[in-house]
Amino acid sequence: MEHIAWMAWTLPTAIFFVMLALTLGVMTWLAAAYPEAERIGVLRIPTTRGDRLFISLVLAAVIHLLWIAFVGTDPIATLPIGEEGVEISSLWLATLISLVSAVAIFRTV
Amino acid sequence: MDKTINQKAWFLVLPVFAVVAFSAILPLMTVVNYSMQDTFGNNQFFWNGVGWFKELLDPSTDLGSRFLASLGRNLLFSAIILAIEVPLGIVVALSMPREGWTVAVCLVILALPLLIPWNVVGTIWQIFGRPDIGLLGYTLNSLGFDYNYVSNEFDAWATVIVMDVWHWTSLVALLCYAGLKSIPDAYYQAAQIDGASRWAVFKAIQLPKMNRVLLIAVLLRFMDSFMIYTEPFVVTGGGPGNSTTFVSIELVKIALGQFDLGKAAALSLVYNLIILIVCWVFYTVMTNAGVERPAKQGGA
Repeated sequence: MEHIAWMAWTLPTAIFFVMLALTLGVMTWLAAAYPEAERIGVLRIPTTRGDRLFISLVLAAVIHLLWIAFVGTDPIATLPIGEEGVEISSLWLATLISLVSAVAIFRTV
Repeated sequence: MDKTINQKAWFLVLPVFAVVAFSAILPLMTVVNYSMQDTFGNNQFFWNGVGWFKELLDPSTDLGSRFLASLGRNLLFSAIILAIEVPLGIVVALSMPREGWTVAVCLVILALPLLIPWNVVGTIWQIFGRPDIGLLGYTLNSLGFDYNYVSNEFDAWATVIVMDVWHWTSLVALLCYAGLKSIPDAYYQAAQIDGASRWAVFKAIQLPKMNRVLLIAVLLRFMDSFMIYTEPFVVTGGGPGNSTTFVSIELVKIALGQFDLGKAAALSLVYNLIILIVCWVFYTVMTNAGVERPAKQGGA
């Protein structure tokens, strides 16, 4: 592991990238196994599943940044795990909003 | 639009993907890792969560105020140079000869500034504008103008803007010229028969036909000016004070000057996101402009 020390991996960022890679992998398999037609949704532009995923991801990043800027990351709850418990940041609400908006984007855009 | 597209050909770009993974994706992942941590060097990192992003987006902190101020300056700079270069480029393209040997001469002269590397352009203007030995600076001061880009904010801005206009108006002009050349003569003949004025020809024929190249020109110039680093860095070094410190200059100051890798990583990710969004919007508008579609077409 010494030779990748400069990449400064942490468990949370590793989980993030693994999930991103899995998402892209599934989308790649879907595109190959079930070819689709472009369609025009509420944005009046032709989009494929990949386009909708891209819009969802970018929107998720924007939602999280706006949440950090205007709402903050104060803890909203404490899970009874371990001696001190695990605090849940309000940023997870932004993640929830992002997921809901991703579903909306995949259905309407 | 109902035809399914076979996307399997994309697998052919896998070798390129492998190369890009090493040159771009792994470094980008590292930046994401850095943005969540703090370091004092020696490959030792400390978890900081979204702390840097909080600071970056909070104008009351040092990092936040610097980022937002440089972002504001950068947007102002892009707006000013677009407002000058696009109309000027159109005027230059319209006044260029349409045929004959002068076309080649004009094209070569216009292409010259585009061929000069950024740092050389910066050095040229840095010397050109100096009040003691520069032709421009010396002349202006001899004429009674108190021009000094090192100490005066307005002069520094004027120099950087004029330099960018000098360097890049040619690009807009060349693109517009290409757009103008593609207009068939029949349009002009029809306009002549209708007795259209010069302005009417421009508004009804030339401008609509230049639409797409203009969009490309605006996109290229916006992205380039939004990411500008070398020229203002060479001429003013971001000064006087911080008056010409644009986002990329601020980023380099934080990353390499202060060695605050976490702060710089957070800044560059937000910077990257802004550029990504603007690119996507421009690209989408560009590829969909002028595409004729049936009025009503529901989703699949």
